[in-house]
Amino acid sequence: MADIAAKVLVVGGGPGGYVCAIRAGQLGLDVVLVEQGGLNGGLGGTCLNVGCIPSKAMIHAADAFHHAVRQAASAPFGLRVERPTIDLARTIEWKDGIVGRLTSGVGTLLKRHRVKIVHGHAGMLDGKTCRVETDTGPQVIRAEHVVLATGSEAAPLAALPFGGKVISSTEALSLHTVPERLAVIGAGYIGLELGTAFAKLGAKVTVIEAADRILPVYDAELARPVARRLQALRVDVLTRAKAVGLADEGGAVQVDQEGAPKCTVAADRILVATGRRARLAGFGLERLDLTMNGPFVHVDERCATSMRNVWAVGDLTGEPMLAHRAMAQGVVVAEVIAGHRRVFDGAVIPAVCFTDPEVVTVGLSPDEARRAGREVHVGTFPFQANGRALTLGAEEGFVRVTARADNHLVLGVAAVGAGVSELAGAFALALEMGATLEDIGGTIHAHPTLGEAFHEAALRGLGEALHV
Amino acid sequence: MGIRIVKLPDVGEGVAEAELVEWHVAIGQSVLEDQLLAAVMTDKATVEIPSPVAGTVLALGAEVGGVLAVGAELVRLEVAGEGDKEVAAAPREAARPEPAPSAAAMPSPAPAKSPALERAHVPEPPRPTTQGSLGPPRAPGEKPIASPAVRRRARDAGVDLRQVRGSGPAGRIGHEDLDAFLRGGAPAATISARVPKTDVDTVKVIGLRRRIAQKMADSKRRAAHFAYVEEVDVTALEDLRTALNAESRQDRPRLTLMPFLMQALVRAVADFPEMNALYDDEAETIERHGGVHIGIATQTPSGLMVPVVRHCETRGLWDMAAEVRRLAEAAREGRATRAELTGSTITITSLGPLGGIVTTPVINRPEVAIVGVNKEAVRPVWQGSQFVPRTMMNLSSSFDHRVIDGYVAARFIQRIKGLVEAPATLFIEE
Repeated sequence: MADIAAKVLVVGGGPGGYVCAIRAGQLGLDVVLVEQGGLNGGLGGTCLNVGCIPSKAMIHAADAFHHAVRQAASAPFGLRVERPTIDLARTIEWKDGIVGRLTSGVGTLLKRHRVKIVHGHAGMLDGKTCRVETDTGPQVIRAEHVVLATGSEAAPLAALPFGGKVISSTEALSLHTVPERLAVIGAGYIGLELGTAFAKLGAKVTVIEAADRILPVYDAELARPVARRLQALRVDVLTRAKAVGLADEGGAVQVDQEGAPKCTVAADRILVATGRRARLAGFGLERLDLTMNGPFVHVDERCATSMRNVWAVGDLTGEPMLAHRAMAQGVVVAEVIAGHRRVFDGAVIPAVCFTDPEVVTVGLSPDEARRAGREVHVGTFPFQANGRALTLGAEEGFVRVTARADNHLVLGVAAVGAGVSELAGAFALALEMGATLEDIGGTIHAHPTLGEAFHEAALRGLGEALHV
Repeated sequence: MGIRIVKLPDVGEGVAEAELVEWHVAIGQSVLEDQLLAAVMTDKATVEIPSPVAGTVLALGAEVGGVLAVGAELVRLEVAGEGDKEVAAAPREAARPEPAPSAAAMPSPAPAKSPALERAHVPEPPRPTTQGSLGPPRAPGEKPIASPAVRRRARDAGVDLRQVRGSGPAGRIGHEDLDAFLRGGAPAATISARVPKTDVDTVKVIGLRRRIAQKMADSKRRAAHFAYVEEVDVTALEDLRTALNAESRQDRPRLTLMPFLMQALVRAVADFPEMNALYDDEAETIERHGGVHIGIATQTPSGLMVPVVRHCETRGLWDMAAEVRRLAEAAREGRATRAELTGSTITITSLGPLGGIVTTPVINRPEVAIVGVNKEAVRPVWQGSQFVPRTMMNLSSSFDHRVIDGYVAARFIQRIKGLVEAPATLFIEE
């Protein structure tokens, strides 16, 4: 096959890679994108294929089923359902349909911006040349600029290697039956999102977490409503506990818990969700000899690596491993290559846990702000006092605004509650625009909406809350 | 809980109303007994009104700039226990025979606020909306705050936002700050000089400034001003003053020109009693005063005030000097009482070294004469056969032509000139 020459080569078609390719195409650059496909995703990467989108589909289905079950039992607002059932295979089919629509949409967008897509496994030969193993043979691509966007993968646990009953989130999103007993290793957002969904689908779920509480990277105040909900769903949470191996010929997890005798947790499936790691191997990264930042590729504020005209975006470049960060980096790199002056300079990267209730964090927590030497005003408004939350039967949770005491600049916003993920945009906008408490307090928020809690939390920070 | 109404007390002899110039409390705030509630301005003095009881402020009786009659509701407080009984006792200050605020009664002058009050009621600082007033510079290492659109424009223009000062809340950099920076093309510190300023700052004319405005306009409208300027040779007087100050006695203040002029005025009005007089143009009467109460126009931080040195005919040179100094300090610090600011019969105005060559002073109505002092300068003066250096000074005076004829005014000033030029005559008892 004849070599391909391009201005820009993007390695990886996930959110960082495909967005970079689209933007570069919009800017009139000649772009080639390599995507290997396979179990861990095709176009759209982990996010569209085995991450954000399919997990949200599953969470939604599980939630709907759980509501139906509750209505069958107690009909809280008069709606009664007789013996609801769920056909998980159909659910998976529905989920795959959504994924299919989105991934083909990405393909269409790339084509519209004249991005050439090469399917196959990429191997970098040097900083300008890549050899792709395609179905029809090797293809060499030479490019002025290379954007590495290879993403991340579920990190295996040495004591519980993947295989058999031990699965990662990828497999968990394609199970055709609900396991009777599910052990989840790791109470971070992935473990809890999936663990909660399976509990709602009827599995007996046990969560095993090494730290002393769930969601250890979030502050305790935010984790508390989630912990209460897990308890209500009869999810067993073992904290200060480590999964040390399999027991009973693979039918159980051996658990070491601090201050407790050794025990085993019987499980039909064991979901290891202890974290993700940058995908560094298998594509010739070693031949580029880039400066590393621990287990990640080091990049500067323009997402440039240590090698000229080699760029990196997304999970490969470190935490937080979030699709929206990768997309924003992808845009920056495309514009920099097109000759614009750009840096990745977002004030905040919002983070959302689609647990029950959902958790949103944007910017600093009160403790983080204090550790940074700030005196802060903290305004918290509970959904118990929000009319819309009550009509949704979702009064658990709150919105919390953290601001500088001296000039009321908002430093962080966090929320826990049903549907609060949709508030993330408002929170992030406030921080990006440099809003003060008075700006949020002076913005008329629509009634009746959950967003009013944001307004009231800001007012409370000013000592002027009206509805609490 | 009861309601207690705090009324505006009688703040001075014959004062029927006062202007509210400052609130020290806000609605909803709790106050302690004797905590200052408000500052009101009477004729010329500012009076702090303390709270007679502890309680919570429910309502304020007027806005800043509003005028309240004595006895009108100033503040409504929610107090512990019975409120109604207290209401009767509320205007207890009115019962005092001489409630004119003394320096002791006003530990805190109007412009200064106690730190506790400051904390309890922090008014929103005015928000600068244009380049005209920039926020404070950021602390070193602090990230500039700007919206993504502003950051992008700055990046496109090659501007490092760390060099741009923000005029928005919390020092936020807006498009207009960036525009200003780009127009200036220079470090932020110098850009304001080049930026057209479009801001208009509306300042409410209240308090002392309103009083001054009313009095000045009233005087100009009613009195038929005419000015008379004469030059005076103060060489001999300056020699005398220098000699007296050289004694530098601890018990005597340093002498300025003022007490000499006051002494000259005392002597001159003895010959021209029509000058030391108050003209009531409505009653069409002129009160000629025996006592010479000289008003001294004094610049204070809040504006022009005229403290009065009473009975100058009884005072010696150093006594007058000390009194002028004491009153000027009191006026500048906002401690001057109403009594100290009223009752003058003739006024001297002096801007010292800023005195210029000629001024046209405005008569301190209902007085009929004001003597203005211009700056001293050594000038060549022809003395028959040669020029000699003499210390010269102009006196620019205004008279109410309705009751003072030009001829009389001229003779009056010539009398003062004669006294000042031969200073020994100031002190000769006839």
